[in-house]
Amino acid sequence: MGIKSMKDQDFRDNETLDLFKKEGGNFLLSTVDALIDWGRSNSIWPLTFATACCGIEMMAAGASRHDFARFGIEVYRASPRQADVIVVAGTITNKMAPVLKRLYDQMAEPKYVIAMGACAISGGPFYYNSYHVVKGVDHVVPVDVYIPGCPPRPEALLYGVMQLQRKIKLETIAKKRSNA
Amino acid sequence: MDAEKIQPLTEEQEFSINMGPQHPSTHGVLRLMLKLQGEMVREVKPQLGYIHRGIEKMCEKLTYPQTIHLTDRLDYLSAHILNESVCLAVENALEVEVPDRVKYVRTIIDELNRIASHQLWWCAFGMDLGALTTFFYGLRDREKILDIFEETCGARLLLSYNVPGGLMFDIHPNFQKRTKDFIKYFRKKLPEYDALLTGNPIMQERTKGIGYFSKEDAINFGLSGPPGRASGFSCDVRVHQPYSAYPFAKFKEILYTEGDTFHRYKVRIDEMWESMNIIEQLIDNIPEGDFAVKMKPVIKLPEGEYYQRVEAARGEFGVYIVSDGNKNPYRMKFRSPNFCNLAPLHKMSVGYKIADLVAISGSLDFVVPDMDR
Repeated sequence: MGIKSMKDQDFRDNETLDLFKKEGGNFLLSTVDALIDWGRSNSIWPLTFATACCGIEMMAAGASRHDFARFGIEVYRASPRQADVIVVAGTITNKMAPVLKRLYDQMAEPKYVIAMGACAISGGPFYYNSYHVVKGVDHVVPVDVYIPGCPPRPEALLYGVMQLQRKIKLETIAKKRSNA
Repeated sequence: MDAEKIQPLTEEQEFSINMGPQHPSTHGVLRLMLKLQGEMVREVKPQLGYIHRGIEKMCEKLTYPQTIHLTDRLDYLSAHILNESVCLAVENALEVEVPDRVKYVRTIIDELNRIASHQLWWCAFGMDLGALTTFFYGLRDREKILDIFEETCGARLLLSYNVPGGLMFDIHPNFQKRTKDFIKYFRKKLPEYDALLTGNPIMQERTKGIGYFSKEDAINFGLSGPPGRASGFSCDVRVHQPYSAYPFAKFKEILYTEGDTFHRYKVRIDEMWESMNIIEQLIDNIPEGDFAVKMKPVIKLPEGEYYQRVEAARGEFGVYIVSDGNKNPYRMKFRSPNFCNLAPLHKMSVGYKIADLVAISGSLDFVVPDMDR
C-alpha cells in the first residue's frame, strides 16, 4: 500500500466498510462476484470534469509524480458515456448543478461519484454569504466517497480512490446498489 | 419536429453548437455558443456564470485579512500574486512600509508561481493541440516548485502566505538552496520544452498566423498579460508600475508584434526564462530582518477608494477597494485578466476552423473561476 504516513494495518482496518459489509445482508461472494469486482475496481476511468482549484490537484494526481494509473485509473475520458467515475472537483453553482446531474445521468452503470474538496462536500468557503453555490454536491447526485481538503492533496485523492475500490470490491451482482 | 421538415445541411447553412460547459479544452466550465458554417467558425458567444460564486459580494462581509483567502480561489494558478494585490492595497492605504525582506521573498515566490503557472499552461496547451506528452513533462517540473512552496508555507497550490504587513511566517532555512537548485535544474529542462513542442512542424502549422490580433485591437479590448504583449502592447505592470522588489531587479519585458497564437506561446516560454533571471538576481540578496510589520489586530482602512494592480500570470490583476472606515470593505472589485482576455475570442477566431478555436482559446489560457468570480 502506498501511503507513507499510514501503517498498512491501519489502512486495512476500517469500521465503516466492515459495517457496510454486515449490513449488506445475504453476502455471498461467489467467484463471479469476485471476478467482476476485481475487474471493475481496477479499471475506474474518470470523467474529465473539473470546475475549480481541485481540478489542478486532480491533474497533478494523474501526472508524473503521483501517477493515478498505478491504481487502474488509467485514462481521463472526455465523454460521460465512457466514464465510470465522476470526480466532482470544485465548486458546483446553482447554474452548474443541472449540467452535473445531466452528466451523471449520461454515464453508464455502474457509476460512482467522488466529492473532492470542501466545495463539493458542503460548499466549503462559500457556505456562508454566497447566494449561488450548491451546499454539497450530494444534493444533486449520490456520493460514494468524500475527500476533505481545500484543495485535497493528490495523495488524498489517491486514498479516496482506493477507498472507492474497496467499496466496489464489496459489491455483489445479486443486489442492486442502494444509492444508484 | 416532423421528420420531413428536417433538411440536410448544405455548405452555406449556418448551424449552432454548444462547446462546454463540460469540455476538456475549455479548461473548466466555460460555455461557448458557436455558429459554424461547415467547419468554419462564424460566431463565438461565451456564456459565463457556471462558476460564479459571488466572491466580490462575499468580501463585503469579511475583514481584510479574510478576503485574502478568497483571492487565491480566483486565479488559483497565480494564487500568491493575487494575495499580494490585496496586501499591497491594504498596506498602501494604511501607509505601512514593509521590510525589504518581505518584498524580496514576495517577489521570488511571485516569479516561482508564474513559472509554475506557465508550466501548467504549457501542459494544457499541448494537450489542446493533441500532444499528450507535454502534460507529463510540464507537471514533472511543476512538482519541484510545489515542493518549495510546501516547505515554505505548508500549501501546494493555494498559498495564502501573504498577510497585510508582510508574510505569515519566515521562510524555511532551505528556501534559498532549494530555489537555486530548481533554477539550475529548470535551466536544463526548459530547452526540452522547445525541442518537444516549439519546433514541432505540426504545432507550428497549427499556430503560426492563426488568431491574429493587432496592437490597436489589443489596446481597445483591454488585453493584458502574455496575449497583449504578443500583439505588441507593452502592458507589463512589473515594468510600468513596479511593486515589491521588482525595482531592484533588471529584466526586460517580452514583446512581440506578430500577435498570433504562436507568439502568444512564445511570450510565455520567454517569460519563464525571464522569471528565472529575476529570481537569480534576488535569491542571494534577501536582506535580513523582520518578516512582517506588526499590524493592529483589527485592520480598518480610512475612508476612501484604493486601487492596486499587479501582474498575475495571465495579465493585469487589479483590486479596487471602497472603504467606509469599517473593518470590512464597503465594496471590493476585482479586475480579472481572464475576463478581459475572453472578450477578443470572437474577433480572433472568426474565419478560422473549429480546431483553431481550440488552439486560440488555449493560447489565451483561461482560468474560468477568475472570469466569473
